[in-house]
Amino acid sequence: MGGISDPAHKFELGRAGPIGLMKSLPLVFCGIFLTLAGSWAGIVLLNHIQLGSLEPTTQQLDPETGGQMAGEERFPRVPLGEALQGKSVYISMGCLYCHTQQVRRKGFGSDYERNWGSRQSVPRDYIRQQRVLLGTMRTGPDLMTVGQRISDRNWHHLHLYDPRITSAGSTMPGFAFLYEQRPVERAGASPHALLFPPSHAMEEGFEVVPTRRAQALVSYLLSLKLDYDLPEAVRE
Amino acid sequence: MSSYATSVSSSINPYSSSDAAVRARLSKIDGSMKGPALLFIVSAVLWLLAGTLLALIASLKLTFPTFLDHWEWLTFGRVRAAHLNAMIYGWSNNAAFAVGLWIMARLCRTEIRHVGLLFIAGVFWNIAATIGIVGIFKGDLTSVEWLEFPTYVTPLIAFSYALIGVWGIIAFRYRNTSHIYVSQWFILAALFWLPWLYTVAQIMIFFEPARGTVQSLTNWWFTHNFLGLWLTPIGLAAAYYFIPKVLGRPIYSYYLSIFGFWALALFTNWAGAHHLIGGPVPSWVISAGVVASMMMIIPVVITALNHHMTVVGHFRRVIESPTLRFVVFGAVSYTLVSLIGSTMALRSVNEITHFTHFTVGHAHHGMYAFFTMIMFGSIYFIMPRLLHREWPSAALIKLHFWFTAIGITLMLLALHIGGWFQGLAMNNPDIEFLEVVRGTIPWLHARSLSGILITIGHIAFAINLFWMILARLGRTDWEGSPTPLTNSNSAEPAR
Repeated sequence: MGGISDPAHKFELGRAGPIGLMKSLPLVFCGIFLTLAGSWAGIVLLNHIQLGSLEPTTQQLDPETGGQMAGEERFPRVPLGEALQGKSVYISMGCLYCHTQQVRRKGFGSDYERNWGSRQSVPRDYIRQQRVLLGTMRTGPDLMTVGQRISDRNWHHLHLYDPRITSAGSTMPGFAFLYEQRPVERAGASPHALLFPPSHAMEEGFEVVPTRRAQALVSYLLSLKLDYDLPEAVRE
Repeated sequence: MSSYATSVSSSINPYSSSDAAVRARLSKIDGSMKGPALLFIVSAVLWLLAGTLLALIASLKLTFPTFLDHWEWLTFGRVRAAHLNAMIYGWSNNAAFAVGLWIMARLCRTEIRHVGLLFIAGVFWNIAATIGIVGIFKGDLTSVEWLEFPTYVTPLIAFSYALIGVWGIIAFRYRNTSHIYVSQWFILAALFWLPWLYTVAQIMIFFEPARGTVQSLTNWWFTHNFLGLWLTPIGLAAAYYFIPKVLGRPIYSYYLSIFGFWALALFTNWAGAHHLIGGPVPSWVISAGVVASMMMIIPVVITALNHHMTVVGHFRRVIESPTLRFVVFGAVSYTLVSLIGSTMALRSVNEITHFTHFTVGHAHHGMYAFFTMIMFGSIYFIMPRLLHREWPSAALIKLHFWFTAIGITLMLLALHIGGWFQGLAMNNPDIEFLEVVRGTIPWLHARSLSGILITIGHIAFAINLFWMILARLGRTDWEGSPTPLTNSNSAEPAR
């Protein structure tokens, strides 16, 4: 090891060793390229190949053929109509910053115990979504199964109009701008008007009516369900 | 040993030369960068102020949900997204362009020619960022984290970036020195990595959306690497440049810096998958992300050794130099944030911290306590050399440092501790969810308070900067002496 402490030796090492190599632009560039190429291939491309071939399937597979059961509905469902419009409202309001849409397996966190889903959500659950909104933050609860947990349209409208009406102490922002507060017309109250609890009753002669965007958003929330099995994920 | 140290010292630090011709040359190089660097720095600081205001609004909204809730464009989701994007595309990228290109030009000992093109590209970058922010307020945000800008600004962002980034490569190609310093590899690599990340993310999430949760993997591959392979290399390049530069002594070990560079390049880019632990993605990719996050300890410890061993024993000068105060604060934060980040990737820890304010705190640890503080320090060094004028007020620099340093420390404590308790409570199904929400509120109040402190610091910084630019406009001779923070004549190195 004596030679290592010799400055001259170090100098030589410096020219031929790593420092020397680091002066070779093509070599350095190859390294820069390959390091990112590795993770791109691994994280993005391999998963693209693995998950890209996933197709909707029946809840159980045929035990004899191992294929899908003939004639049965295939899941996940195709998102439709108003719910799909509601998803764009969900995106444009930035709901994702406080709400996730993923259920972790039983035993990891308390997703199962909190009744956020009776099974883990798996890659196939998302394959029909044009934009996947997994989310990374639970300032509010997970919404993967909110349509199952709360199926009352009026509850969702009240909650969006002013979250404190349905959930005391909530820090969710209100979306009153998605609603129209107006005098009740002479012809009678709108069939869509919100039904307020006595504690938050509207002023006499006024009603609150959801706009189309609010209707769509609630339809979207009601469509969020995990009420089917997949061969790889069965409900408990 | 000493002769070796001297040779390395001069090899990495050729610009502290006592040779007047070298200094004149450097001055010329700095002069060539004046227009674009000023544009990037001024835009960066304006974005910083805008982003800070948005941050305060978002923070207050989390505890006072009815605050400003009548306007759709100011709903929490949009303000938060606007804050984040103003900070990363406005503040951070402009600062990274200024600092990265300036260091690159200096280390390559080459003047930047045709700066008009670079200047115009910079103007377009800022126009793109402005359109993006307006788009977010309008409701065109994508709700894909760190990529919220509406897709109609993507071409402008990509095009103006290409015209900006290419100048770093041109400077490197026409360098007038046989030495290549560690900062140059970092900047060169970062300039190359960013467009790749951005292009892949844009295509696979928006233009040809990948199937299902591959989008989420792409998203976190991009987002983690935007910090890890773009802003981190620029921040480390600045630390590697300014610490030895201001101290006037060589970096602790040149060899370590090479291994640190490659270890970072190799492991950072796999680590992003740890943001999806427990999520609906194949578990092997999560495992790979966890392993890579653990391996990140290697480059982090190497970099920490290199930075901190260079500084050890010279703490007085760190206190005296405005540049070093901020840069060393950032370098220490880099060590801490990276080690905490590796820990957070462990499944058992992640089970608690995932989905909580802990992660938000971690993001600010990296983006602010590390990257932003280093950019502040760099700007304190660069501006006097662009304008040939000193900072007008040492008091404002001190104010800037203490309010931001104390502010970010308070924020990190509040979000890390509060987030940890939030995670524990959330994992206990006996605690009602609204009770979990209530438990976070005191910590979020503390975060708003920290935001106010940071805002004061930023205002002090902005006043000093614009005072410096506007005072005696047009004079180009050196005015006054360097701006040490204590009575000492060794605060700043030779120009």
